[in-house]
Parts: sequence; C-alpha cells; structure tokens
Amino acid sequence: MSERPLIEVEGLTRYFDVSKPLLNRIVERLPKSTLRAVHQVSFSIVRGETFALVGESGCGKSTVARMLAGLIRPSGGAIRFDGADVTAVGSGGRAPHRRRLQMIFQDPYASLNPRWRVGDIIAEPILAFGLADDKAEIEERVSDLLRVVKLDPADRAKFPHEFSGGQRQRICIARALSNKPEFIICDEPTSALDVSVQAQILNLMRDLQDEFGLTYLFISHNLAVVRHMATRIGVMYLGKLCEVAPARQLFSAPRHPYTRLLLDAVPDISMTGKARRAITGEVPNPIDPPKGCAFHPRCPHAFDRCRSETPAPVATDGGEVACHAVAEGRI
Amino acid sequence: MSAVAGALLSVRGLRVEFATRAGPLVAVDDVSFDIAPGEVLGVVGESGAGKSLTGTAIIGLLDPPGRIAAGEVWLEGRRIDNLPPEQIRKIRGRRIGMVFQDPLTSLDPLYTIGEQLTETILTHMPMSQAKARRRALDLLAEVGIPAPEARIDAYPHQFSGGMRQRVVIALALAAEPVLVIADEPTTALDVSVQAQIITLLKRTCREHGAAVMLITHDMGVIAETADRVAVMYAGRVVELGPVHDVIGHARHPYTSGLMASIPLISHEAPRLQQIEGSMPRLTAIPPGCAFHPRCPKAFERCGRERPDMMAAGTSRAACWLYAPEVVRS
Repeated sequence: MSERPLIEVEGLTRYFDVSKPLLNRIVERLPKSTLRAVHQVSFSIVRGETFALVGESGCGKSTVARMLAGLIRPSGGAIRFDGADVTAVGSGGRAPHRRRLQMIFQDPYASLNPRWRVGDIIAEPILAFGLADDKAEIEERVSDLLRVVKLDPADRAKFPHEFSGGQRQRICIARALSNKPEFIICDEPTSALDVSVQAQILNLMRDLQDEFGLTYLFISHNLAVVRHMATRIGVMYLGKLCEVAPARQLFSAPRHPYTRLLLDAVPDISMTGKARRAITGEVPNPIDPPKGCAFHPRCPHAFDRCRSETPAPVATDGGEVACHAVAEGRI
Repeated sequence: MSAVAGALLSVRGLRVEFATRAGPLVAVDDVSFDIAPGEVLGVVGESGAGKSLTGTAIIGLLDPPGRIAAGEVWLEGRRIDNLPPEQIRKIRGRRIGMVFQDPLTSLDPLYTIGEQLTETILTHMPMSQAKARRRALDLLAEVGIPAPEARIDAYPHQFSGGMRQRVVIALALAAEPVLVIADEPTTALDVSVQAQIITLLKRTCREHGAAVMLITHDMGVIAETADRVAVMYAGRVVELGPVHDVIGHARHPYTSGLMASIPLISHEAPRLQQIEGSMPRLTAIPPGCAFHPRCPKAFERCGRERPDMMAAGTSRAACWLYAPEVVRS
C-alpha cells in the first residue's frame, strides 16, 4: 500500500437540482430543492485491485461511477487519476487520462448501437483516441480482442442483435479493452444476465485482470458477486460511504450496523428453511434525508447523538467506519 | 390424464405454442406438476425457460398468438384450461390470486388503492361498500402498511416500491384465494426490502391457507421459501423435488451446474464454476435432451432421444443418467 493509489477520491459531492420550474416555484411559493446524490465521499483505489461499491438503489453508487468516468461533473471534491486532478479538466475525450479508463455498463442491450457491426463497435475507441489508423492493423486488433473475450473473430461482421445477453456483454468488454485502459469502471456488469452466464462473465473479468493488470471499480447491489470479485469494498447508504474495509474483513467482521443488516438480508441457498432477518423500513427520500446519521431511523443501535450529529469516518484496522456507536466502542 | 387426488392444482402435459410465420414456436413443452393445498412450489429457471409462461397459461392470461396447444390444468378437481373467458375470469382473483414483478404496472395509477381493493373485494364477494372498505383496511394492516386509515385514499405513486408490493399482495389475498401465483415478486426490490416481502408473502399465505406457486430466477429466495422446487430449462421441467434435495443434492446436470455457478456470500471461491454456452433460443432447441450440448455428462443417447421425468433419489429428473438400465450398470 506504499505505492501511490491509481485513483484518489476526496470529498466527492454531487447535487442534482430537482426543483419545479421557476414559474411554479413563484406561484406555489416553493423553495429550490436539491437531491443530494453523493455527499463527501472519499476513497482510493490501488493499482491492480478491485474496489467495489455496494448499496441499494438510489444510494449514489452509479453517480460516483459516472463522475469517475467524466460523464457528469462533480459539484464538489476532487478526483485524482494517477496523481493528476481530473475534475479541473472538462468533459470530452481529449483529456489525457481519458484513454486510460473505460467503462462497462449494466445493460448490454442498451449499450451497443444496434445499427453498427460488432467490428465497428469495438474499433471505435481505437479510432476515437487515434491509436491506429491503418485499416489492416485495426482489423487485426479487433480480431485479437474478440479472441480475448472468447468470441469468434468472424463475429466482426455481425450485428449486436445476433448475440445473446452474455455474448453482448463480452462485446462490451472487448470494446472497453480496445484502447488498452488501465482502469475499468464496471457498473452492475452482470445484473442483467442469468446466473450461469454471470459466472462466465465474472470469470472472464478476473482472467482479464490477471492478464492485463487491470484495476476495477466494481459497482453492484449483489453482495455475493461483490465478495467474489472485490479486494476492498465500500458500502454506500443515501449518498455517503458508511464503511470501507478489505473484502474478507467486511464479510467476516462487518462493523457498521447497516453493513451487518445488509449481510443478514441476503438470501443464501445454503440456508434452506431459515428466515432472513429483514431490515425494517425502507431507504428514505434523498431529497429530504434524515438529520444526523442518515441510517438512524432504521438502525437498531441508534441513540440521541445519531439523530443530531453526522458521524465522521473513523479508522478501523484496514478500513474506516462512519458510525457513532462504533466510534464510542458501544458495538 | 386427470387430477391427482388431493392436489389443489394439477398441470398435465402443458404445452404453450406461439404461431409464427415460420411455424409454431414451442415455449412450454410437456410440463406436469401438482401443488398440494397450502404448499409452496418454487419454479426456478433462467430467462426464457418458460416459467412465467407456465404461470400465465394456468390463469388463462396468455396473450395471442400464444396459446395452450396441449395439456390440462385442474384446480380443485375441476378442469380450468378449457373454460370460456368469463368463467376463468371468475376463478382469477377469486380462487387464484396473482402477484407480479413490477408493483407499479400491476396497480392502476388513476385509482386510489382503497378503490382498487374494494373493487376487487366486491367483484368476488357479496357485501356492502362499507364492509368492503373495512375489509380493505384490515388487509392493508395485515400486509404491514402503517396507518392504513390515512393511506387507503392515497394513489399508487405516493407509495414506495416495497409498500406498493405490499398493496399488490393485499389485492391478491383480497378474495381469500386457494392459490397465489407470484411471478418474480421481489425482483424489482432492493435486498433489504426483498426479505420483508418474502417473509410477508410466506406468512400471509400460511395464515390464509393459500398455496403458492413462486416463480423466480433467484435460488436464494427459493431456498428459504419453497417446500418443493421445479427447475425449468428451455421450456421443460428438468428436475422436481423437495427443496433440500434439489439444492443439496441436485440430480440433473443442469441443476448442479446452476447451483455451482451462483456466487455465495458465505464462502469464497477463487473461480466460479460456469456452464459453457447459453440457453438455446426457442427457434433452435436441440434434438434429444435440450441441455445436451452444454452438458458435461452427455453421452450418445442424450442427443438422440428426449428423456422424460424419471425417479432420481428423492427427486425426479429428466435425464438419461437416471434411466433404470444406466443406474443398474
């Protein structure tokens, strides 16, 4: 861990303006309303590791991914890629770090242009970044990439609709690899796939990581998948990181009450007949999050301080936890 | 072919076809199973396996050009697959309740949930408007809607996803059905809410004495909920047995491959086992056993002859490995 991290995220924040139109606000005397999608999130990712973000829908994990990819601008905070601040650089493909990162999306049906041939889809990043301009060279590279993701080089001439969901996700992976990135952001890469196909894609992603020394940011709501893929895990709740820990430690000794409840809530095929412990309540509206610790209305360990004061992250062995009860040593 | 004595629901040789210009597509093929009163039968499989179509065929909601091409469906000793639409409509809702995946699309956005509940109650049970509203309030309280008096006149969009699914469960149970068909009831929900809904579904159905046909792709949900489980692949049931046996000692190579490919939260594996290839499209179902091109244990007979369900330990599996002559040698 002495090495400088590849990705450093500090106090990353993103608000969305969800106010009604100006005229409605004046007529109905409503204030502006903002949705706090991501608030003061800090973490770092070391070269070659898989850092996973988990959480329920609406917790802000995809917003973090989109900010790291440069698809949306942060409202505050800094993202450093290999030491260079990339939030200062505008969007668009010309920023020097952009060719070193790529993204794989959730839905392989929506993320491939149905009118393009597979060969053109995979070659696009090569052309966009001007990595090659010789036609034969590009063709050779595309064929290699298809072989890497275990498809047939002859599939170049086909269209996306001729492939199954798993094969399409392989095409997405080939496209993501085509500009030889170091860092790949994977936003729920297997959520749209069936389990037997999910296993193929997860195995492939791990093989590619070993082969090309890739660094992954892996976003998922599925804790079992995350356990399988991640080196370190960050748990998000309502736009904030509540716990960061090495994967093994998070599963063997979760600290934050939300992490504990989340782990208890996962159905496991080895527990036939046993009932899961359900978390009571639901995720609150992020437009009007609870005061203090956002998790306190659902937390079995909540006390007065949790309702008034937002907990700051405190270091634990190997990770950090944002919880008053943990900080005070009560749990 | 007729109902098994004592079974609540009997499905025999069900075949669902879609007429296309290139000829009929068989989406569900020769599916047979029974559900006992009060039992929870899990139906599990990957997308396109025909599990949802089996459910919609039972309640007579197949959209044309889909149709039941063969087979029989018996409910409480009465054949229901050949009933005219107005009669099956009386059974739907009254004898069979339904819970679908997306709670937002199964509730009408233009009516309050109170109106939708009382309408369902009054359609199936003769009682006064005031009594029906009283019953609707009881149902909402039963499915865990806080302050039902305040919430009954709210519209579906004013509820969260988990709360909407609770309302859908209340609707399904409104007329005291004997069977609830739940098609992916928790797939659209977050894991923390999923546990609440599964517990609720299990508890309310037990209290009302309703059997459940639980259709899902999630083995974890099946494991904690079902009594027996049917595994479907490419339109057919490939394994059927008690949930412990199917999960602990899967007999069919597809089931064991499926179980091994699920990442577990309870332990770490360097590599997941994977089943090569993907499920065949309906237009290209292989001859013989549909799983044989992906099966590690396939032998010559598998590509030639289609296996029927045969006894395999405490379960039944459609696999030639369990043919009497193979088992003996």
